[in-house]
Parts: sequence; structure tokens; C-alpha cells
Amino acid sequence: MEKNELVSLVEAERASRRPVQVRVCTASACLASRSREVAGRLRSAAGRAGMVDRVDVREVGCLRLCSAGPLVKVEPEGVLYERVGVEQADSIVGAIGGGRAEARIGDPSGPFFARQLPMVLENSGVVEPERIESYLAAGGYGQLDRVLRELTPEEVVEAITRSGLRGRGGAGYPSGLKWATVAKMPPGRKFVICNADEGDPGAFMDRSVLESDPQRVLEGMAIAGYAVGAEQGYVYLRGEHPLTIHRLRLAIDQARRLGVLGSGIFDSRFNFRIDLRIGAGAYVCGEETALMASIEGRRGTPQPRPPYPAQSGLWGSPTLINNVETLANIPAILREGAERFARIGTASSKGTKVFALAGNVCRSGLVEVPMGTSLRTIVEEIGGGAPEGRSIKAVQTGGPSGGCIPASQLDTPVDYESLKALGSIMGSGGMIVMDDRADMVDVARYFMEFCRDESCGKCIPCRAGTVQLHRMLVRIRDGQATRDELHRLERLCEMVKHASLCGLGQAAPSPVLSTLRFFREEYESRLTGG
Amino acid sequence: MNAPTKAVGQDEAGSGSHPSGDDRFARIDEAMRRHRFEQDALIEVLHAAQEHFGYLRADLLQYIAHGLKLPPSRVHGVATFYHLFTLTPRGKHTCVVCTGTACYVRGVERLLAAIESETGAVPGRTTPDGRITLEVARCVGACGIAPVVVFDGNAEGSQTAESALDRIRKWNDHGEE
Repeated sequence: MEKNELVSLVEAERASRRPVQVRVCTASACLASRSREVAGRLRSAAGRAGMVDRVDVREVGCLRLCSAGPLVKVEPEGVLYERVGVEQADSIVGAIGGGRAEARIGDPSGPFFARQLPMVLENSGVVEPERIESYLAAGGYGQLDRVLRELTPEEVVEAITRSGLRGRGGAGYPSGLKWATVAKMPPGRKFVICNADEGDPGAFMDRSVLESDPQRVLEGMAIAGYAVGAEQGYVYLRGEHPLTIHRLRLAIDQARRLGVLGSGIFDSRFNFRIDLRIGAGAYVCGEETALMASIEGRRGTPQPRPPYPAQSGLWGSPTLINNVETLANIPAILREGAERFARIGTASSKGTKVFALAGNVCRSGLVEVPMGTSLRTIVEEIGGGAPEGRSIKAVQTGGPSGGCIPASQLDTPVDYESLKALGSIMGSGGMIVMDDRADMVDVARYFMEFCRDESCGKCIPCRAGTVQLHRMLVRIRDGQATRDELHRLERLCEMVKHASLCGLGQAAPSPVLSTLRFFREEYESRLTGG
Repeated sequence: MNAPTKAVGQDEAGSGSHPSGDDRFARIDEAMRRHRFEQDALIEVLHAAQEHFGYLRADLLQYIAHGLKLPPSRVHGVATFYHLFTLTPRGKHTCVVCTGTACYVRGVERLLAAIESETGAVPGRTTPDGRITLEVARCVGACGIAPVVVFDGNAEGSQTAESALDRIRKWNDHGEE
């Protein structure tokens, strides 16, 4: 498609908008509470009320406050309805332009939303994920267009480096450095991979970004491809999430049809195509070498590094692997400028971070805050604390590779270094709140069971170690272990941590070590004399 | 179908029907052709086979190995490595209980135990009458509405032991009608 055709497409999209937009969340959690039926009923209600010329019902992505879904937002009035049932559709449409609907009204200026800074999620709940026109009308692909016209690949890498962006998948490796390494490899076949294998239990950030604003991630990938000199990209997606697969497949088809992906993008000489690869349920495939093995159609077992994927990755070619959220940051960084981005956050952690807030917390959902925001702000102000008047005991971050941060440390700012100092990690962004009923030994056992089941079996420390650790944790929990066994548990934790081949095994003892550090009395009080 | 499948190489794969007369094999052929019979596409082809047959029968693995010119050991190795592939038939209904961290914190283990004792099923297995397959998922990613159970592909949030059992009893009642 020629550029002027794209421009007229965007104009037609903008002209088709009605004065009032009723946005219905159709991300996973709200869909599970039948939000699509709600959207259908709202449409027919608008028809019955003779308001089709004034009112648009749009199926948008995540409106973030998942625990109060299905969510419906009426713009420009800014009214948010919670737990909307199909029978409330007429009343909601009737209240447009004044009046009060018989539906639960939320507070879009309350702490849940007011303390957030949506950047990665700026389009979430605004654009329609299944229509590329909607993303284009919101300025989408504008940065890819500008980059191809105005910047050299080196300048793009430079901008990402200056922004201070670090990988959002867990480890926090500087993205600019990673891009520069791949870009510096001799010209030839190179790849860009979007790691969308979000496997941590309790994490749904990447999934929500892909379900809400898939084109944004594709645009980020294309810009990355231009910067490092790759013409082929892969999105490696979890097979467990059919909706995400459906939306991404649709997004790629639409982008290809309009020519924003493919050959000679925006009349430049840059070619970039993206293919989808669907995983089949193996947590270890989030590890980059295992992920590449899986894309190549093999068992997803990790390889020792070096060589790093940036040097020798997919089919032996230099490969850039970035996480979903990292790539979703790219269009915003280029639009706002690296310096403005770098002003958000802390000295070492720039920008924002998306968290999936869940567990024993009043308001759960998708949360995006500037780096450096305290855990207390997130769980107490945004999340509203523990329900039923209970108190918070711990906050778990980083999934099975992370740790449990006790309530006494809630003033810790969330940045890569502070969380690491507490024996946890930023991880991909799962944040589970646990109240005073939580049994921390069993929490450690829960995560060890996960690692035991997900160990790929390639290296012995992880394969056998996680089995032994799980057994010991069960014995301690059930009051059958002696002090000697607790010491053995600690020694084995160190061994598995240092001797395992990949991140899965190396981090598997983290939940045990962090609960031992902060909740040791729960272990000790269960030991038997023997 | 227990008889060993006649070897079908890639030259023949697109040319017509499978000796068994089962036209679902054509769907597998289609998936292989779409990927130009590249061996790297093994996982994609296994997904297609499972989608159309419900599970990966031994003869399907053999068929795919021939089609992609891969050793059967490699196909079997990949099919057994990934949790989503199943080599045994599924029940008429599936009940997937999410055991992610948010669901764990919100007491899903009690809910799972209730389902196990009601149905007599064990996670990963199908009831002997072939009616219900019970599974646990590591995390279905709908943590905001934990605990979550997926009944026949539809995720439902804020589940209790009672609501989940009600749902399963409905399956059973229908079965007896």
C-alpha cells in the first residue's frame, strides 16, 4: 500500500469516530466475565435508543483494574463502570450525556489510576487490538516511518543506549548494549526475536500488552530490525493463551496487508517480516538459548553461553532477543526522546515498569509506575492493601526465580538493584501480595514444586537438586525434619544456585533463600529434636 | 487405527488421501506444506495434528516423522518434552485448574482437592468413563480474577469449590440424560 493510501485510511478512521465512545475491555480477565456479550448488548442498546450516530461501542484492550471487571469506560465523559452485567447495557447507554446509570461506578481518578504512569500501556484500553486502523489513528507506526526517513541504524542504537532502557524480561541487561552488539556483527543474516514466553506463574503483563496493543510490539520489533540490520523477526508466544495468539496473528496479517511490514516499508529499502512461533508449554523456553532451540523445532533445552545469541543465535546467526515490554517501550522512547525517557525513574533504572498485581490485595490488575516507586505505594495505595482487614505479610516478586519481600521492607523502591539487594529480582513483573495467613515454608515449597516440574533435565544440579529440595521442604513443612536437614537444605540451595546450567536452576533456590532470610522462625519452629 | 501407517514421503504427502480414508491427515499435510516441509516446523506441525486429532497418536508421530524426514526418536522426543502435547486421548470435557501463584494464594489447592474427590480424577488423567480430563495449569494469566478454572476452554474467575463442583455436576447430569 502506498503511503498516501495509508494517510487516507487514517483520515477515514478518524472521521468514522462518533462523539461518544463506549470502550469495553476485551482482555482475558474481562472476557472471562463475558465482556464481549456486554459489548454486544451495549451496541443493540445504542441502536434501540436511536443513538448510533452519536455512540460508538469499541472493543478495546485492558482497562487495568481486572478485579472489578467487566470494565466499561465512556469517553469523553470519563465515566468508568465496574462489574458490568449484560442487563445494565440499556441503563448505561441511557445515562450518556447526563444521568446516572444503574451500574457500579468506578473512580478513574482514584489511587489505582492516579498513581500510575502509563507509557507502555498508553494505548491499552484506548485502541482496538483487532484493528490496525485504530493503532494507526493513534499515531502508530509513526516512529517506524520517521526512523526510516531520518535516522541511520547507528543513530537508533545510540538513542536506545542514551535512554538507559534495560531489559524488562528479568535480568535488566542494558538494551542499547545488546542492540549495539548485534548491530556490530558483520552484515548477513540476522534475526530479531520477541520473547513473549511469559511463564512465571502470577505474571500477565506481557500477555496483556499483546492482547491490548499488539501492533506496538510489532513496530518496536521492526525498529529493532532496522537498527541491528535484521530482516526477519519471530515472536515466540506461549501456546497456553489462545486469545493472545489470535490477536497477534491478526495483527501480523493486517500489518503485512497494509505494507507496514514486508518489503520496502514506507517506500524505504528496508524489508522486515515477522512470523509467529507458538510454544508448547515449557517454562524453560523463556531462557533465550532454550527458546531458540524451540523455534528451531527441537526440545527446549538451554545451551551454555558464550557464545551469546547476539554473536551466534538462531541457526547460528546473530540474534537480538528482547522481551515484549522492552520492545513496547521503543516507539515511546523514540517519540518522546531518549533524554525525556531517561528523566523518568532512578539513576540506574530508567522509565516505567509494568506489574501484574494480584493475590491477597483489594484491587488487582495491571499497574504501570515509574521505576523507583515504593512497593508500599504499589500494594497499599494502588492495590488498596489486603482485603477483609487483614495485614500484608509479604510481597512476592520475580516468580519462581524471585523472592518474598517482608512487610517491613515495603518502603523499598522498585528498581533492579534494590530488589536484588533483598534477595529477590524485578523479574518480568509479577507481584503477588500475601496476607498474614500465608505459610512461608509452603510458599517456598510451592515454587520448588514448580521448578522441579519445569526443570528440563539437561543438567544434574537442577534436575536432581530441585527434587531433593522439594522433598526437604515438604518434610520441614510437615514437622518431620531435624536441624541437620535444615542445614543440608541450605547447603544444597547454594550448590544448585552455583552449579546449574541456566537461569532456571540458578534461580530455583531463590524463594527458599529469601524466605529463610526473612521468615527463618517459620522453618525453625517446625524442626523436630532428633 | 492400530495398523502401522504406510510410509508417506513428502512427494506423496500432498497428492491425495491417507490409506485409512481419514481426511484429517490432509490437515497435517497442509501444515507441512505451509512450512515447505522444513524440519524446523516440527512443533507447528505437531500443534496442527493435535488440533485435528485431539491427541498425538503413535501413528501420527510416525506419519509426521516420514513427512518431515526426521528420525521418529526426534519427533517423539519433542512431543514428550512439551506439556501441551498429549499422547493419550482426552475426555469429553476438560477441566483445567490454574495453580499459578495468585490462585495458590487464594486457596486453589482446596478447590482442586474437592474436584479430585468429586470426580475421582487425578491431574493429567481422564476419568475411566472417558468423561472428564482434569488438568492443572501453571498459570493461565488471568490472575486478577483468581482462582481461575477453565471449563471446556472457557476461563471462569473467582471460583470456589462449590461453584466449580456445580459446574462439573452439570456435565455429569447431562451425560445421564
